[in-house]
Amino acid sequence: MFQAYLIKYGEIGVKGKNRYVFEDALVTQIRSNLRRIQGEFKVSKINGRIFVHTLSEYDYDQMIDILTHIFGIVGVCPVQVIQDHTIEGIRNAAVDYVRNNYEEKDFSFKVDTRRPNKAYPLTSMEVDAQVGEAVLGAFPSLHVDVHNPEVLIHIELRREDIYIYSKEIKGPGGMPVGTNGKALLLLSGGIDSPVAGYMVAKRGVHIDAVYFHAPPYTSERAKQKVIDLAKIVSRYAGIIYLHIINFTDIQLYIYDKCPHDELTIIMRRYMMKIAQTIAERNECLGLITGESIGQVASQTMKSLFATDDACTIPVYRPLIGFDKQEIIDRSKQIGAYETSILPYEDCCTIFVAKHPVTKPNLNIIKKSELNLTEKIDAMVEEALAADEIVIVGKDY
Amino acid sequence: MECYLDNSATTRVLEEAAELAKSVMLKDYGNPSSLHNMGFNAEKYIKKADEIFAGILKCSPKNIIFTSGGTESNNTAIIGTAIFKKSRGRHLITTPFEHPAVSRVMKFLEGQGFEVDYLDVDPEGFIDLEQLEDLIREDTILVSLMHVNNEIGTVEPISEAGEIIHKKNPDCLFHVDDIQGFGKLPLNPKACHIDLLSASSHKLHGPKGVGLLYMSDRTHISPIIFGGGQMQGLRSGTENVPGIAGFSKAAEMIFDGLDEKILNMRTLREGFIEELKKIPDVFINGPKDPAKAAPHIVSASVKDVRAEVLLHALEDKGIYVSSGSACSSNRKTVSESLKAIGAPDWAHESTVRFSFSCFTVKEELDYTISVLNEIIPQLRKFVRR
Repeated sequence: MFQAYLIKYGEIGVKGKNRYVFEDALVTQIRSNLRRIQGEFKVSKINGRIFVHTLSEYDYDQMIDILTHIFGIVGVCPVQVIQDHTIEGIRNAAVDYVRNNYEEKDFSFKVDTRRPNKAYPLTSMEVDAQVGEAVLGAFPSLHVDVHNPEVLIHIELRREDIYIYSKEIKGPGGMPVGTNGKALLLLSGGIDSPVAGYMVAKRGVHIDAVYFHAPPYTSERAKQKVIDLAKIVSRYAGIIYLHIINFTDIQLYIYDKCPHDELTIIMRRYMMKIAQTIAERNECLGLITGESIGQVASQTMKSLFATDDACTIPVYRPLIGFDKQEIIDRSKQIGAYETSILPYEDCCTIFVAKHPVTKPNLNIIKKSELNLTEKIDAMVEEALAADEIVIVGKDY
Repeated sequence: MECYLDNSATTRVLEEAAELAKSVMLKDYGNPSSLHNMGFNAEKYIKKADEIFAGILKCSPKNIIFTSGGTESNNTAIIGTAIFKKSRGRHLITTPFEHPAVSRVMKFLEGQGFEVDYLDVDPEGFIDLEQLEDLIREDTILVSLMHVNNEIGTVEPISEAGEIIHKKNPDCLFHVDDIQGFGKLPLNPKACHIDLLSASSHKLHGPKGVGLLYMSDRTHISPIIFGGGQMQGLRSGTENVPGIAGFSKAAEMIFDGLDEKILNMRTLREGFIEELKKIPDVFINGPKDPAKAAPHIVSASVKDVRAEVLLHALEDKGIYVSSGSACSSNRKTVSESLKAIGAPDWAHESTVRFSFSCFTVKEELDYTISVLNEIIPQLRKFVRR
C-alpha cells in the first residue's frame, strides 16, 4: 500500500506570477474530489510540489480513479514512505519496493536521488550508488542504464520523510477547474454535449449546465439520463449545478404560431435566450454547446448564425471542427458513450419538421418570431421561475 | 387520484401474501432440505402451496414445480421438451406473437437445428385451428400456445387446440403459456389435454421472482438447471420459500370467487370500451366478441397521438398504462401482436394497453375516461406536420 501520492502538473508550472493561484486551485480541487471517497487524506504543497498523504485505510483503485480525473494533473506517482532513515533502511526498502512492484525482473534501471534535507549524512550521488548496488545485488537479472533506463527509481530525502517511487500514472492534463471562471453548458441527452462540457472544463472552466425538459414528450427516464451524463462530466469538472427548465409550453406555443420548418431554429434561439439569462444570473461568462458544423440541419453555418444571433454572450463550441466519429471516440474515452446512447431519447419528433430549413434567413426567422410577441416573454419568465436545480457530483 | 391500469405488467402484492412471505423470511427461514425442524417447518409451506395449486389446477401436487417466474417456466417447458425429445423429432409449432419468453426460446432452438412453424392469426388475434391440424406431423414434439395474448387480450381456443393435438399426434406435448390468463380465466389442464402450463406469481398479486410449471403425468422433460435436485430434480436450487408461500396465498385469495371477479371485470371492461369508442379515432384491438376476450385487457389505438406521449401525459394525471412499443428516435420496437393481426403502421406508434385487476373499480375507469377526453384533443393539436 502506498502512503502518499506525488501529483505532477504541467502547464501550471509556466504561469509565472499566477502560478500559486493555479496550484492552490488544484489543491482545492483534489481536496474536494477526495471527499467523494472513504478515507482521510492530507493534501499539501511542499517545495512547489503537491502531495496527497493518506492518513487512514483507503481503496487504491478509487484513489487513482479520483486523481486521474482531475484536470491539471498530468501524472500521479504512488509513493512509499520509508520509515528507517539510515542508509541500510533505505537499501532494504528499495529492494522490497522492487520486489513488490515489478513482477518481471528483467528491466534496466537507474536510481535518482533528490536531497532537500541537506543535513542527510550522504550525498545524493552516494545514495544513488548505495541503492543501485543493493537492488542489483538482490536481483542480478536487472541491469543499470544511466542514460535510457526503463525504470527510474526516485529516492527523495526529506527532513521528515524519505520517499521512494518509480511509477507514474497518466492524468488528464489541462488546467485546474475554477481557474478560468464559469460557463453554462447546454446539456441534451446526446453524445456531443457531455464531450463539449468536458473539453471546456479541461481548460480550467467551472461548469454549470442547463437541460430543457419537455414532458410528456420527453420522459422522466430521459431526464435521469441527463442527470447521469452530468454526473459523468462532474467526475472531471467537479460539482455541477444542473438547471432543468420545463420547455413544453414554449415549444407548443412556437409550434402553434410559427412555420413548421423553422421550428427547430426558433426553439434553439429561445433555448439560447433562456440559457443566457441563467448564465447571467449565475455569473457564467459564456455558453457551451456541442454543435459541430453541418452535423444536422440546425448546425449548418447559416443555422449557427441564426442561433448565435439570439444571444449576446459568447458561445463556445469546442466540437465545431470535429467529425461525428471523433466525438464518439472522445465520448467513449471520457466514459459517457454508453449512457449517451440509451434509447430514451425523446418523443420530440413532432417538433422536428420532415424537411427543416437548412439555410434559414435571419430576417424571415425574426419576422416569424413576431407572431410570438403576445405571450413569449411571460412564458420565458415563467419557465425561468420554475427552474429546478439538481446538484450533481458530490458523491463518488 | 391514482389509477394503476398496468396490471398485465405487474400487480400490487396482497397484504396477506406479503405478510406471509415476511413471516417466513423472519421466522421459518430454514432450508427445506435441512433435516432438522427448521427445515421441516419451511418445507410445510411448499407442501401447502402444492396443495393449493393442485386444487386450483385440479391435479396432483406432484404435477407442480415452482420456478423463478414465468420466463423460467416457459424456458424449462420448451427447452426441456426439446432436449428430452430431440431423438424423436425436431419440429415445434407456436404462434407469431408469443411473449419473448417463448419466441426467443423458439429462435434459439431454430439456431440449434430445430424446425419451428408459426401459425397464422386473424385480425382479431385468433389462431387458425385447421392450419394447426395440418401442421402437426409425426415428428412434431411440442405445440406452444399462449392462453391470453398479453398485448391485445385475445383468448386462444386452448381446449379445441388440445383436442386437435391429442387426436393428430398423441405423442406431441402441448405447452400453454398461461402467464396472462392465470387468475383471470379458469383453465383445466387435464380437460384441455395440456401437458405443460406456465404461470407467474406477480401477475396475480403475489411477490415477484416466483412462478410455477404444471406438468401432466405423462410429461417427461429434461431439466435445464442442475444442482441439488430440488423440485423432483427438474429445478435445482434452494426453494424460494417466502415467494412460494406468498404466491400460494395470493392465488388462494384471487381464485376464491373468481367467477364473480371475472364478471365484474367484464362489466367494467365493456363499459370502458363503450366510452373509449366515443372518442373520435380511437380503435380497440382484439376480439370483437367480448366473451372471447380476456376480461382485463384493453388495447386501444389512438390516432395521431404517440403512445409514449399519451402514456406520460396520463402518468402526469396519476394514471399508469403501457405502450406497445418504446418510442425513440433512433430505435423502434415493433409490436409482434399488432404486426401479426395486420394493424396499420400508425397503430404501432399509437397503441396503449389498459389492464385491470379484480381490484379495479369503476371510479378509476371513469376518471381515466374523463382524463382521456381532456388530453387526447390537446395532444392531437400537436402532430408532426
